[in-house]
Amino acid sequence: MTTIDLAGVSLDVWEGGDGPPLLFLHGAGGFRGDHPFLGLLGRRRRIVAPSHPGFGLSPLPDWIDRPDDIAHIYLDLLTRIAPGPIDLIACSLGGWIGAELASMAPEKFRRLIFVAPVGVKIGSRDKLDIPDIFATPAAEVEKMLYHEPEKFRPDPSKMSDQELTVMLRNRETTALLTWEPYMHNPKLPHRLHRVTNKALFLRGEHDGLISAPYVEGYAKLLPDARTLTLPNTGHVPQVETPEAFVTAALAFLDGEG
Amino acid sequence: MQAWHFSETAYHLLPPAETYDSIRVSLPNKHYDPKIGADLYHRYLDEWLLAEDEGLHIMLNEHHQTATCVDPAAPLMLSILARQSHKARLLILGNPIANRRQPVRVAEEMAMIDVLSRGRLEAGFVRGVPYEISPANSNPVRMNEREFEALDLIIKAWTNHDGPVSFEGRFFHARQINIWPRPYQTPHPPIWISTTSPAGAARVGERGYVQATFLTGFDGTKAIFDSYRSAWRKAGRGNDMPLDRLAYAAMVYTGETEAQAYAGAEKLLWYITSNKVPPHFASPPGYVPVETGLKMLRGAEHPLSAFAKAASVEAAIKAGIMMCGTPDQVVKQIRAVYDHVGGFGHLLNMGQAGFLEADDTVRGIKLFAREVLPALQEFRAP
Repeated sequence: MTTIDLAGVSLDVWEGGDGPPLLFLHGAGGFRGDHPFLGLLGRRRRIVAPSHPGFGLSPLPDWIDRPDDIAHIYLDLLTRIAPGPIDLIACSLGGWIGAELASMAPEKFRRLIFVAPVGVKIGSRDKLDIPDIFATPAAEVEKMLYHEPEKFRPDPSKMSDQELTVMLRNRETTALLTWEPYMHNPKLPHRLHRVTNKALFLRGEHDGLISAPYVEGYAKLLPDARTLTLPNTGHVPQVETPEAFVTAALAFLDGEG
Repeated sequence: MQAWHFSETAYHLLPPAETYDSIRVSLPNKHYDPKIGADLYHRYLDEWLLAEDEGLHIMLNEHHQTATCVDPAAPLMLSILARQSHKARLLILGNPIANRRQPVRVAEEMAMIDVLSRGRLEAGFVRGVPYEISPANSNPVRMNEREFEALDLIIKAWTNHDGPVSFEGRFFHARQINIWPRPYQTPHPPIWISTTSPAGAARVGERGYVQATFLTGFDGTKAIFDSYRSAWRKAGRGNDMPLDRLAYAAMVYTGETEAQAYAGAEKLLWYITSNKVPPHFASPPGYVPVETGLKMLRGAEHPLSAFAKAASVEAAIKAGIMMCGTPDQVVKQIRAVYDHVGGFGHLLNMGQAGFLEADDTVRGIKLFAREVLPALQEFRAP
């Protein structure tokens, strides 16, 4: 991680890999540089991954309270990464930030991958599109996140104070950013028509947070987006099934069609 | 010392606790019988009025979506008492202003009650316990900031008398503030804030409001009051802090005999033992600072949660969260806490809870008022 200053905001940014530039936006669980998918993806892309304000050890300015605030900061980051268009992989809450960012500056991007993104409201006002994770027991949330939750259950007794601090900060900032309207910006669907880039919406077959109709509905808001379901994985396919995830991602990013 | 009768107006006739996950937020209201609820409302109001006749003041509070306190709009309850009582001070503790969307509306409600009661309102404000987050759809992050900004706006609304003024804060906005009625008391009703942490008490002490704390026991209360006193002095308010700046809430039951008192006090423990709440409602992200959250992940437990696991009258008295016994014993127990924490000017009597029926509640209030309260007037700053 290196710390950079963007628009007056101090930000921790991880960089790795080699190849054309790619911006990676992490989800509510935060960013860790030791996930195997980074090594696999890094064989073909130079990855730039900011730890969003309030996540990891990145400070949280008091004026930030919605994902589009972070997207505005990242407009400056795009210019720093490369002069030309870059690829994007944006996951979950990061998918929301990425969708906001792409709607602001579609010309800065080449191809876009959204992994189980939140950020829009598709269904009826009488039913949550995304279950209320803040009113759900932690064990139930884990089942929604992973196909095999027992492999990924955090054990506080084996975590350092800094790791626990990061986990608590990630949760707190997620609540701050997503609380109301819950997990979506009502304006975003009316801005996504600007995102004419080729886009892929990935969803794990066993994702208990993001439903298949949600992803289908979200993808339809972009003029040139398709969807793909990954088998044997949940809400975090880059962590749970990294090889399949990277294979699918590169096939799209390097594909012709 | 002033004493206040406090009831949470509980609806206690619930199915067995093992049949539900949480008494708050998610317990279906099919378990609430409105006919019984009506009787309970009238009974609790009668008990407050009886307490007034006996020389106690009146205190009530507000919670949402919970059987523990069926008073989701405390200003409504207080407005009834403003009309029906005639001499008691009326303490609402409090308005959960981190969760209220319109602070100016809160200022209006409080001004109405102050006028109706001809200046007997004590206006309390709270941040709101963690389980209030979901019922209010209120963001658990930055609640302290919202609470104190809302309070600034409320005070501005109360104290402005010359036509519209404006407020453009971080969280709240109002362009034409000009409330009718204005408060009866000048410049405004006394302000109370409740907190159960030393850091919170420092914020209150700096501003000089009345600081109330609930069931924090000997050492917890001392830390909170010490922090208040230190912040009071640091803010240049002088060395002699009046004792009426500090209030302590404890379960109180007085009996003719020790056995009678214990029988009543056992029922008061419902305050603590009934509070079955799962972690996702009790610890929303961001409600406590990260450092506190870290201690909790390392096994630190809230003192009341630890107490609830083996609750008993004896343990509660020992912890300083309950005063129970004959009048002499109750005076001694209050004195012990009073001396340990450096004194306080208000005792908030949690004198009714759960299955403590009307006749026992009234008996406890009367005995306290007649045999204990006079002795408390002899207490002097330690």
